[in-house]
Amino acid sequence: MKLITFTNKGIYCPQGKFYIDPWRPVDLAVITHGHADHARWGMKKYLCHHFTKPILKKRIAEDIECQTLQYGEVLTINGVKLSLHPAGHIIGSAQIRLEYKGYVSVISGDYKVQDDGLSTPFELVKCNEFVTESTFGLPIYNWLEVEDLNKKLQNWVLRNKENQKTSVFIGYSLGKAQRIMKAVEGLGKIHVHYSIGKLNKAFEEVGIILPDYEIPDFRESVKHVQGEIVIVPPALLDSNVIKKIPDAATAICSGWMQVRGARRWRSADAGFPMSDHADWKGLLQAIKATEAEIVHVTHGQTEVFSKYLNEIGIKSDVVETLYGDDEEETEKETIENPEP
Amino acid sequence: MKHFADLINALESTNKTNAKIDAIIDYLERAPDEDKVWFIALFTGKRPKRNVNTNYLKEWALEITKLPFWLFQESYSSVGDLGETLSLILPPPTEKIDRTLSQWMNDIIGLKTQSDVEKKEFVLNSWNGLDYTERLIFNKLLGGSFRIGVSDKTLINALTKFSDQESSALTHSLMGKWLPDEISFKELISAENINPDNSKPYPFCLAYPLEKELEELGTPDEWQIEYKWDGIRGQIIKRNDEVFIWSRGEELITEQFPEITEVVKMMKGNFVLDGEILAVKDGKVLNFNELQKRLNRKTLTKKMLSEIPIEVFTYDLLELEGTDLREKPISARRAMLEELLLNESPENIKISQIIDFEKWENLNEIRENSREINSEGLMLKQKNSPYHSGRKKGDWWKWKINPLTIDAVLIYAQKGSGRRSAYYTDYTFAVKNEDKLVTIAKAYSGLTDKEIMEVSKFVNKNAIEKFGPVRTVKAELVFEIAFEGIGFSNRHKSGVALRFPRIVRWRKDKTVDEIDDLEEIKKLIQ
Repeated sequence: MKLITFTNKGIYCPQGKFYIDPWRPVDLAVITHGHADHARWGMKKYLCHHFTKPILKKRIAEDIECQTLQYGEVLTINGVKLSLHPAGHIIGSAQIRLEYKGYVSVISGDYKVQDDGLSTPFELVKCNEFVTESTFGLPIYNWLEVEDLNKKLQNWVLRNKENQKTSVFIGYSLGKAQRIMKAVEGLGKIHVHYSIGKLNKAFEEVGIILPDYEIPDFRESVKHVQGEIVIVPPALLDSNVIKKIPDAATAICSGWMQVRGARRWRSADAGFPMSDHADWKGLLQAIKATEAEIVHVTHGQTEVFSKYLNEIGIKSDVVETLYGDDEEETEKETIENPEP
Repeated sequence: MKHFADLINALESTNKTNAKIDAIIDYLERAPDEDKVWFIALFTGKRPKRNVNTNYLKEWALEITKLPFWLFQESYSSVGDLGETLSLILPPPTEKIDRTLSQWMNDIIGLKTQSDVEKKEFVLNSWNGLDYTERLIFNKLLGGSFRIGVSDKTLINALTKFSDQESSALTHSLMGKWLPDEISFKELISAENINPDNSKPYPFCLAYPLEKELEELGTPDEWQIEYKWDGIRGQIIKRNDEVFIWSRGEELITEQFPEITEVVKMMKGNFVLDGEILAVKDGKVLNFNELQKRLNRKTLTKKMLSEIPIEVFTYDLLELEGTDLREKPISARRAMLEELLLNESPENIKISQIIDFEKWENLNEIRENSREINSEGLMLKQKNSPYHSGRKKGDWWKWKINPLTIDAVLIYAQKGSGRRSAYYTDYTFAVKNEDKLVTIAKAYSGLTDKEIMEVSKFVNKNAIEKFGPVRTVKAELVFEIAFEGIGFSNRHKSGVALRFPRIVRWRKDKTVDEIDDLEEIKKLIQ
């Protein structure tokens, strides 16, 4: 019997009788991280890293049944040894390591090898079988060092200040928004949209200290943010919320912004390639280091990336999942009906 | 190249024209003069000949990165720009080269006489000494187009603001013949190489779409009616033996129409004409598609000149022997125009035909039939009207024919290039042919950016194969396609060709079962 199989409900461990990041309701769901396409509603029981629990409660419901683990802590379920290891994607993000009779599978969820200064850095886990994403699985996607990228954001904010402009960053509310806050800390007052403020609480609850911020009420006048820093989620791009901000210069923070065409396409002034996914080099580095005999590619540039892995001698196949390819889209549903 | 790279970065971190103009002015204040001339040359398309074959560039980059060719192609189709793809896949630089833009340009021009080995050494050294933005600029300087999201108009506006020179004089000066290494920035900006008085155009008089009943316009005899043509609106200026043709976008297009320029040069006197530039063969106005083939080419071949001959249908006279006629009524201007052209009777400068009609109701029928002669409707001009500057309601109306439309389903999608490279923007549509689908048209425009993103997402999720630039998608999304004409065609699988197909709207309310049938569409052919 295989340790994991790919079913129409999600990634399944038949021996352990649990699912990993399922997209349909099941009895036991092991969750890699708190983004909406990986952590869905309707599971009888959730199992995740304890940093992820407050996120699930805020996004799904307060009364969900949720068991948590520390990184490295081993839980045996029906004979399968399960442990969580840092994936470096966002806070609480975990690679799920499964071991049964000496065979090891690792389901990495979404990951990045760069240390963003907020998430627990990616930890390499050797395995027989590795499940990987490939969101940025093309050689054109190679990220700048975090400090160099932050410098770019800082320079942009300073230039806007000189020109009496308001710096408006667009980045998703879980992970990216907090990275932006860190990057521009000290350059001015930071205002975040309600949906980001809500998730900031999830960071604060587990003891992560974020820069000071305010949550303006966008239903009222927001003239007071003029010349300062505002962070809003992608779903609000082109919305009246942004139009209300006085003298706004807008910047999208997303890995897709690596390509000029993508930057020019969006109705934003600037684009910064800031991503919580592994870049081309990161993917290859992680995959090679796992020494896995087989690599399953779940989402992103699946066909192209898998073909390349096979060409360089790493056996690989593509599996269909419902995980999003698009960094920006994952949280739409939670923002469309924000609480007042 | 630092100033220039800063400029490019600044231009790319805004989509507001005023901020772009400020960035250009900022650059002009800082860069050395000889760089400024090159900057203008590059931004107006005056670049030196390509001295390094692009295939070599690809080959060298693959040698460095050890990537397979197919993966390079996949990357290229995601980026949509060769120079950019190269700069993205190359490893970070280990050296730092600092040269001015004009030094780089001279080095690049100097490659002409060098061997392939020397060229390779130069390119590889440069790649390794430039950061990402500089490398991208370098690749662009090596050849290929240098489009950076700044229109000629924006450039001229920035230079106007920087120099206090008149914009038409600057346009004339920049469009004129000059070489970056033979002219100084000051000469170029002060328009010393030209006589700007000769080229100065008038603002075009523009018409509004007809929004009233014809009867409300008054009596038919108060109106001059002409066909409306779908060509290029042009202002043709002849002063002191110099000829200039301006487009409505305030671009000088003189050199694109040598046959017009020559004929006008031969004509006596000084004048300014307003008219429509059209492709006309054997007395028949050709489709705009034909005219388009001739536009924006570096060289016009003899074959092209003979296959797509150009005529101008003139409809107004704005200036004669230095006198501005624009305040005179169009009836008077028309009489003077007729006199001017009848005396000369140049072969490809025609006078726009005035349509005779007695009653308003006759006009409707004439309009309906205008499609048969490739006209797109009628122009109605008040006989007493002056030549207004810009758009003014009431005196000039355009009354276009309604386009034909069909409902078709999306079956192939392809990514765009440049700005649109991240999304699927080029679509092929099909209609029913018995129980199968047959492609009927390709269309690029008509959707909003948001809709294109939505379609792209559908394409990503529903692509039947996933390699290469074209995606075959599940036949599901229905669009209303408008077109100006339809004819039989042997070259199309469906047996029909549509003229100017474009997307009117996404019919989310319709399913693939409700699309049109080819046999029904054929009945539209007259």
